[in-house]
Amino acid sequence: MAQRRIQEDERYETEDRPKWDNKVQYLLTCVGFAVGLGNVWRFPYLCQIYGGGAFLIPYLIALVFEGLPLLYLELAIGQSLRQGSIGVWNSISPYLGGVGVASMAVSFLVGLFYNTILAWVLWYFFNSFQDPLPWSQCPLNENLTDYVEECVRGTAANYYWYRVTLNITPDISSSGSLQWWLVLSLALAWSIVYICFIRGIETVGKAVYVTATFPYLVLTIFLVRALTLPGAIDGLEYLFTPDWGVLLNPQVWLDAATQIFFSLSLAFGGLIAFASYNPRKNNCERDALLVGCINSATSLYASIPIFAILGFKATTNFNNCITSNVLKLTNEFDIAEKNITADNYDMWLKTLNTSHPDRINSLELRECNLKRFMDQSVSGTGLAFIVFTEAVIEMPASQVWAVLFFIMLFSLGLSSMFGNLEGVLTPLFDLHMVPSWVPKELFTGIICMVSFLVALIFTMGSGNYWLEIFNSYVGSVPLLIIAFFEITSVVVFYGMKRFSEDIEFMTGHRPGLFWHLCWMGVSPLMLLVVLVAYVVVQVQVQPQYPTWNPSYTLFPEAEVKPYPDWVFAICVMLSAVPVVPIPLVALYHLIRRLTHPEQHTRDEPHVSNPYDNKAFSSEPQL
Amino acid sequence: MWVWIVCLLTAAPALAEPLCSKEVCDNYGYKVRISIKTALGDKAYEWNESEMFLFRATVAFAMRRYTSDETYNVSDIVVCNKTARVSFWFLVTSPANTAQLVPRGQVEAAVRLSRNRINSAFLLTDQTLQFVGILPTLAPPISYDTPPWLIVFGVVMGVVCAGIITLLLSTLLKRTRSKKNLLETEEEEDRRGSITANGRLCESLREKDPGRGHPDDVHLSKL
Repeated sequence: MAQRRIQEDERYETEDRPKWDNKVQYLLTCVGFAVGLGNVWRFPYLCQIYGGGAFLIPYLIALVFEGLPLLYLELAIGQSLRQGSIGVWNSISPYLGGVGVASMAVSFLVGLFYNTILAWVLWYFFNSFQDPLPWSQCPLNENLTDYVEECVRGTAANYYWYRVTLNITPDISSSGSLQWWLVLSLALAWSIVYICFIRGIETVGKAVYVTATFPYLVLTIFLVRALTLPGAIDGLEYLFTPDWGVLLNPQVWLDAATQIFFSLSLAFGGLIAFASYNPRKNNCERDALLVGCINSATSLYASIPIFAILGFKATTNFNNCITSNVLKLTNEFDIAEKNITADNYDMWLKTLNTSHPDRINSLELRECNLKRFMDQSVSGTGLAFIVFTEAVIEMPASQVWAVLFFIMLFSLGLSSMFGNLEGVLTPLFDLHMVPSWVPKELFTGIICMVSFLVALIFTMGSGNYWLEIFNSYVGSVPLLIIAFFEITSVVVFYGMKRFSEDIEFMTGHRPGLFWHLCWMGVSPLMLLVVLVAYVVVQVQVQPQYPTWNPSYTLFPEAEVKPYPDWVFAICVMLSAVPVVPIPLVALYHLIRRLTHPEQHTRDEPHVSNPYDNKAFSSEPQL
Repeated sequence: MWVWIVCLLTAAPALAEPLCSKEVCDNYGYKVRISIKTALGDKAYEWNESEMFLFRATVAFAMRRYTSDETYNVSDIVVCNKTARVSFWFLVTSPANTAQLVPRGQVEAAVRLSRNRINSAFLLTDQTLQFVGILPTLAPPISYDTPPWLIVFGVVMGVVCAGIITLLLSTLLKRTRSKKNLLETEEEEDRRGSITANGRLCESLREKDPGRGHPDDVHLSKL
């Protein structure tokens, strides 16, 4: 059995599949794919709202029992079957080809909106080369008599994000027009992705030397800078102080499991594709452990400067609040300058309140509470484009920090985009769906162009709302379903025995008891529980979204509106359409088998695999 | 003599009308707040009578500049209600007739015109030398002929496009060169008439582009 396999291996070694130049490229690409924007702006937020240090417990448990086994499985199956996602599942069983198609569809849809976020990052990057930074001041209105009202009521950074950058419409039904500056940024983003992908992993492998390592450099610089800012320690204390009570909240466990799952970029097909370019004999167990642990370590490492800076920002806000109150008191009661300071403010307020309570009330002093400022936790684009940009203005040499920050975000996102695009291109190339006269550079260009044109939706006035929809509905439930089918396919259809033998051939030893237990029991169970719980939670929540509506009475608070019916139908379709291929392909093959039983055995997928049951034929195959 | 006494008595109330009363200040005066320590920190100077004299002189200068004919003097600027905040009210009397007060609108216009000069005399800004009721004119936004972001975008886009074209051209050249080499070796083999394993040329196998392989498959099948 093993000898026959070795002969097949030698034949397959002559195939001209692209190869990694060295192991480092492969590891950096996988790490780059796993480490993305979510490590910077989702994990610190979760840490904060779920009681700091206590959140690490469900997070690490989810990593060990769900993340690492799935990661190991994807890398191993890709490396042993040496195909992209569609080919791999087709090889295991033609009925499972739909899993690969689903992976490809999800990769494509996620790539669309992910690159739009990178376009926004590029826009902010271009605008960081100005003094003063454009989001630090409000613009004047037409009469030059006062600042623009929308800006005054919100803040300058909010105005710059919602009005100048996005030019957002009050709700999703009004689409607005294409914002030409965003179209340009999106074109550049896709051009950069294209140039990195132009020769496949030959160019990707070189690009990741920069894109995967640069964020760590910038994070270290920010760490050093952030720790010297006032209020940084308060922010870190706030982040890491554990609140053990959260462990009793099931929502925390659900969020930890989903966070680790999406953070590792599983079920996109990208990891399978990357692993398929490896030499046969490669220790994928060590690779999986390395990538998984580096991903979680990066999340932790990134949360330190983020929270130091958020602590700095809260302290600055608090100090500004106190200063404005002090000024009001000084002006009202004509007290000598600098007599009231931040330290004796409370004492002064008390004495003045007892003597002149009505005058104090008329002043409308703001409530200055440091904890309340710290609690203003944000995740996602709000963290990067509003909160962080405001913090950067307060730091000396703001332009440098802004430029560094946005380049870091761009590198993080670009290396994740490589995985997304790989999940689309590799299956198409492997199945020879591309006519041979089309060079791969042209086909890659066509895919990038098509993605760019479809992603123009996100550059319209309502683009941000659509992006949130794509993010919530495409990048969540379909991935969980695909991962569940992945792990069930390998355990049930491929067989643990065969899989263990493959791994023994590749790594030199069989997978231990821990891996067997996880693959056969713990991980599928966890996935199922997470999937069901996620769907249940989503169904209970009324589908609504926050909007930026200047004519709202409580502006600048976000007005929460429900999705219109047609939009909600699109949401459901976005969740359903990627996973529909799974039953469809199985049904298609079943019908073919039932109607043409003899023809079916001959018409095997032309990508034949010696491990496939049907490949045991007497004639030598070419 | 009695006439003079009656005249004085009737004129006295008019003269004795307090300039610093609330109604007069509200109608003709402006409140000024000065925050030296906020503006200058360690280099703050002491606010004393000499500084007050300078203030009155700068306001007189502002009035002269605005009216451009009437000769205002320091004595025409009346200061009332000084506090420790450093805040006070000031009024402007007409140089021709000390009993007549200059209307608020004129004072405001004069201060607005010379605001910058008044600020510089005290090394302060619009916010730290505050005339309550006279809003500072907002600085116009910096406008560029070409927005700077377009310049950065142009540079990056140019570099990326140049890179794409270079890579595509080099790939094209490599492919045409390998096609030429393949044809040459084909002719050579035909002339030499060698037979190799499986009817395939060994050289062509080595020369294969380590890409995804489709174009070369087409060449091999010709054999």
